[in-house]
Amino acid sequence: MATAVRLLVLFLLFLSSPNPILSLYEDQVGLMDWHQQYIGKVRHAVFHTQKTGRKRVVVYTEENVLASLDLRHGEIFWRRVLGTNDAIDGIDIALGKYVITLSSGGSILRAWNLPNGQMVWESSLQGPKHSKALLSVEKGSKSKKYNIVIVLSRGCLHAVSSIDGEVLWKKDFDAQSLEIQQVIQLPGSDFLYVVGFSGSSLFEVYQINAKNGEMLKHEIASFSGDFSGELSLVSSEMLVALDATGSSLITISFHSEQISFQQAYISHLVEGFSGPAMMLPSPVTGIFAVKINTVTVFIEVTDKGKLEVLDKTEQPTVISDALSFSETQQAFALVQHEGNKIHFIVKLADNWGSNLLKETIELDQQRGLVHKVFIHNYIRTDRSHGFRALVVMEDHSLLLLQQGAVVWSREDGLASIVDVTTSELPVYKEGALVAKVEHNLFEWLKGHWLKLKGTLMLASPEDVAAIQRIRLKSSEKSKMTRDHNGFRKFLIVLTRGGKLFALHTGDGQIVWSVLLHSLRYSDRCQHPMGVNLYQWQVPHHRAMDENPSVLIVGRCGQRSDAQGVISFVDTYTGRELRSFGLVHSIAQVIPLPFTDSTEQCLHLIIDADKHAHLYPKTPEAVGIFQSELSKVYWYSVEADNGIIRGYGLKSGCVGKEAGEDCFDTRELWSVVFPSESEKIIATVTRKPNEVVHTQAKVVADQDVMYKYLSKNLLFVATVAPKASGEIGSATLEESWLIVYLIDTVTGRILHRMSHHGSHGPVHAVFSENWVVYHYFNLRAHRYEMSVIEIYDQSRAENKDVWKLVLGKHNLTLPISLYSRAEAMTKSQSYFITHSVKTMAVTLTAKGITSKQLLIGTIGDQVLALDKRFLDPRRTVNPSQAEREEGIIPLTDTLPIIPQSYITHALKVEGLREIVIVPAKLESTTLVFAHGVDLFFTRLAPSKTYDSLTEDFSYALLLLTIVALVAAIFVTWVLSERKDLQEKWR
Amino acid sequence: MSPMMGSKPLLFVLFFQLCVSLLPTAVAISPASGDGYTINGRVKIPQGLGVKGFVSSGKISNVKVMLNGGQNITFLRPDGYFSFHNVPAGTHLIEVAAIGHFFSPVRVDVSARNPGKVQAALTENRKGLSELVLEPLREEQYYEIREPFSIMSVVKSPMGLMMGFMLVVVFLMPKLVENMDPEEMRRAQEEMRNQAVPSLANFLPGAGRS
Repeated sequence: MATAVRLLVLFLLFLSSPNPILSLYEDQVGLMDWHQQYIGKVRHAVFHTQKTGRKRVVVYTEENVLASLDLRHGEIFWRRVLGTNDAIDGIDIALGKYVITLSSGGSILRAWNLPNGQMVWESSLQGPKHSKALLSVEKGSKSKKYNIVIVLSRGCLHAVSSIDGEVLWKKDFDAQSLEIQQVIQLPGSDFLYVVGFSGSSLFEVYQINAKNGEMLKHEIASFSGDFSGELSLVSSEMLVALDATGSSLITISFHSEQISFQQAYISHLVEGFSGPAMMLPSPVTGIFAVKINTVTVFIEVTDKGKLEVLDKTEQPTVISDALSFSETQQAFALVQHEGNKIHFIVKLADNWGSNLLKETIELDQQRGLVHKVFIHNYIRTDRSHGFRALVVMEDHSLLLLQQGAVVWSREDGLASIVDVTTSELPVYKEGALVAKVEHNLFEWLKGHWLKLKGTLMLASPEDVAAIQRIRLKSSEKSKMTRDHNGFRKFLIVLTRGGKLFALHTGDGQIVWSVLLHSLRYSDRCQHPMGVNLYQWQVPHHRAMDENPSVLIVGRCGQRSDAQGVISFVDTYTGRELRSFGLVHSIAQVIPLPFTDSTEQCLHLIIDADKHAHLYPKTPEAVGIFQSELSKVYWYSVEADNGIIRGYGLKSGCVGKEAGEDCFDTRELWSVVFPSESEKIIATVTRKPNEVVHTQAKVVADQDVMYKYLSKNLLFVATVAPKASGEIGSATLEESWLIVYLIDTVTGRILHRMSHHGSHGPVHAVFSENWVVYHYFNLRAHRYEMSVIEIYDQSRAENKDVWKLVLGKHNLTLPISLYSRAEAMTKSQSYFITHSVKTMAVTLTAKGITSKQLLIGTIGDQVLALDKRFLDPRRTVNPSQAEREEGIIPLTDTLPIIPQSYITHALKVEGLREIVIVPAKLESTTLVFAHGVDLFFTRLAPSKTYDSLTEDFSYALLLLTIVALVAAIFVTWVLSERKDLQEKWR
Repeated sequence: MSPMMGSKPLLFVLFFQLCVSLLPTAVAISPASGDGYTINGRVKIPQGLGVKGFVSSGKISNVKVMLNGGQNITFLRPDGYFSFHNVPAGTHLIEVAAIGHFFSPVRVDVSARNPGKVQAALTENRKGLSELVLEPLREEQYYEIREPFSIMSVVKSPMGLMMGFMLVVVFLMPKLVENMDPEEMRRAQEEMRNQAVPSLANFLPGAGRS
């Protein structure tokens, strides 16, 4: 018997070869996976069009992406993702071939080759203090060609050669307490004017020779009031500033010998003015705009510094920069909202009264307001000037408007995903929206015949192309109904722009999108931000006909005590069902494992005062919850104070008029880490939806180990305060990492382990009874990964058959976390080459399939690593029995097999998170990685043992069957004949 | 990119790098005027080895060099040089991310006492570097390569094994039968006839009577 089992094990081992790599053939790319590239919300755009060649626009975004887009279709020519703390401050085009970027608060200046995005040079600009960072490229008139870039950075003015990045001269303003506001360069002159404020009421002007940095003139004038710091250049010699109260405008003329001020109260200019004003950048010479509450006022400055109101509008209005489109003419654009239409108006600088162009465009309501507009001109075929506009919307999308229509649009909100959840698709019904399946039998056979040829490597290049086409076309995967295997789902993603998208897992198409009303700017909620998504209603047997819905939690501001907002969205239609601003804040949301009669999941929202609020606010939900109240515990991690606290719940809120659905909490335990030696840097728990197939683990010598499976285990990693920063900030002696396993119901520490000479950051995953974490080992100066497995010793004696027979086992004892746990841990560490950005572990429907770790590397790739490489029972020389069990001989480094990169030759730029969703098919799990890019694929960690592979050749099977049937008939006829002959004899 | 040697690198050292420019090697750590030091180095990707044009000159533009796990990120210049500015003294880690190539992270010591001295070592194989020139340890091939069609692969497949077995039965069994003693053979045939061997014909409808 034992040998039979052993043989079976060997056979299984043979099936799951020793190094299970989920490799992919190159022609299978795009079959199960999709990849989408985005750039994020555009902050600034520079157009570049030459008479010949491709028309492009260079943009930089809030995701620190520098990209060159095709102006005709909106596709990305090239894209560079800068580091997270390397935000771009300015961008311009120099010499017609370089893109110049200023980043990192003005300290790094780079030039990029315009056609291909290759970095050409890089300069580091030093300076004593932080200041505004400004970049201006000297355009130069035709007669004299300048190649100078003027950069204001860290309180210094630099002139940098745009050819090689060499600093030509540098002017230091650090001696003065000057806050430089603007560097003014007048076209056709060699002078630069540096204007700024020192203190609150002194205005200073420096005149500088642009060729050598020589200071020609310096003037100071003091103003009787205080400046707010906002400044706008309206003409070559006139500036307009706002005073500190925001109630008056000051025109400053600085060219003449003496600086002169002229003050004008806004209330005199605009009737019925109230509230502080805000300056908008001046579009063109002589005109500037002021925003008072919701009213935008355009003011003209006459030669003598007199102010005149040109126009005012209540509609939300966005103004573009000025564009000089011919030798003498300047134009600018306005975009105004009116209902669900926008007006795109282009005006000439010197003629406010008439419009050069006015187009009305109907826009999708789900895009919200226009946030930014950039205009560009082109010459039409009839030699007249046409204008196109690049528009950035509230939902971070980018549109190109031309001739009264949207030419292209990009959904760049998807570059900044906040949270992801999934939803099932509708069940197939007659008449439901289902793509027509396919063609006739002949085509089907032909397709399979081609596939067969492909697998046998007999296919010609044309055949290969045809196979690829058939595979990608397979309409099955993008159908809008549920499938048997659970591969087709909606990915519901919440973006930072406050928009909710539903992406189809088949091909990544956007099924619907909705701009959440509750997450839009309003007077009550000035800085709304989405925080999390939860499954709210999952239709099941009790409420089959309901549509599933999700709960969106947000708050009005960064702080956790800010007012919360929640809304509910139907995931089939994308309709916002309800939304409301809450009276309480949202510090923590706890999804409870209970549902009410309509299958709404109960959620507990903890506010900043530690009161718990139950949702949905129905008496039924309260009733369900009351009966389970004594079994509900929660914990909070205060990383700044180094305290973890555990709480229980009491019914009713003390001193509050709140209803039945409010509960008080009581503190049960707390774990305090000494702040001088430990700092919490990572906490991780098991996924609430994880399913474990078996509690017992059979080890080599027919022994059984019981996994310690508790949903209430918390993994905490603390480091020495000095070692919490970046690598290189702490020495070997002053850095350590301590990991804990804490039971969150009792606060008991089950395991504690320290790694001396180790350094953060720590990334960890917790699954079943094991934790894997990644950190930096300073001693070896390499990254390391450790695994901790925890086993329950109290049930170890149950292995004895006699005890079971005599009833002396403890299997019937109730398991309580309050009883002393006899946990036993095993751990082991390994080196790993790469830095890690994020980690995840595969999750399957029943938990039978073996696990894989998904490691998001620093190079923005996702590596799949079998859990068997992180098994604390690995030894250098495993015994025969251990080998049969599948234990891999111990090596000090974890292998990196290129074929096990699930992103294959692609990169998920700016990778932030890997989301794992189990499919219905046990062997398969769905993986969604997002950052600036999105990537989705299906994984089968132990290969697809429960279904045929995609390229299974049905044609071959059919041919074999046909051949067999034919053979049967032939042999039958033959045997009949022989029988007859026998009988004649 | 093509390997470039000699004095060319000096063109690219930055303006504050005066004390290093005397060194013959291409790379160095130099004190900066402000706080911290500058690490200069070079990434060399051999050409021609790339499979399916992984390493064309266009690809080098998207190679990233990262300091200390992403604290600073920089890109390569056309000749493969890179630099990190304002790096404090201490031990640092440099990683290179290039699709299609596997680079070992490099440990770089920046010491305040002897600036200009490079102490760099590959962390994968603990090999010291005399100058900061990073080369890939190996190519990375992300796809399985389809085996070309061969008889062996067909024979080895389950279907091939089945066919083989059938062939054995069809061709070798009669041979075995032939080698049997004719006497015995006849007896066996008698027996079989008496037992009314269920021939294939019996299973088929309409052929049961015989």
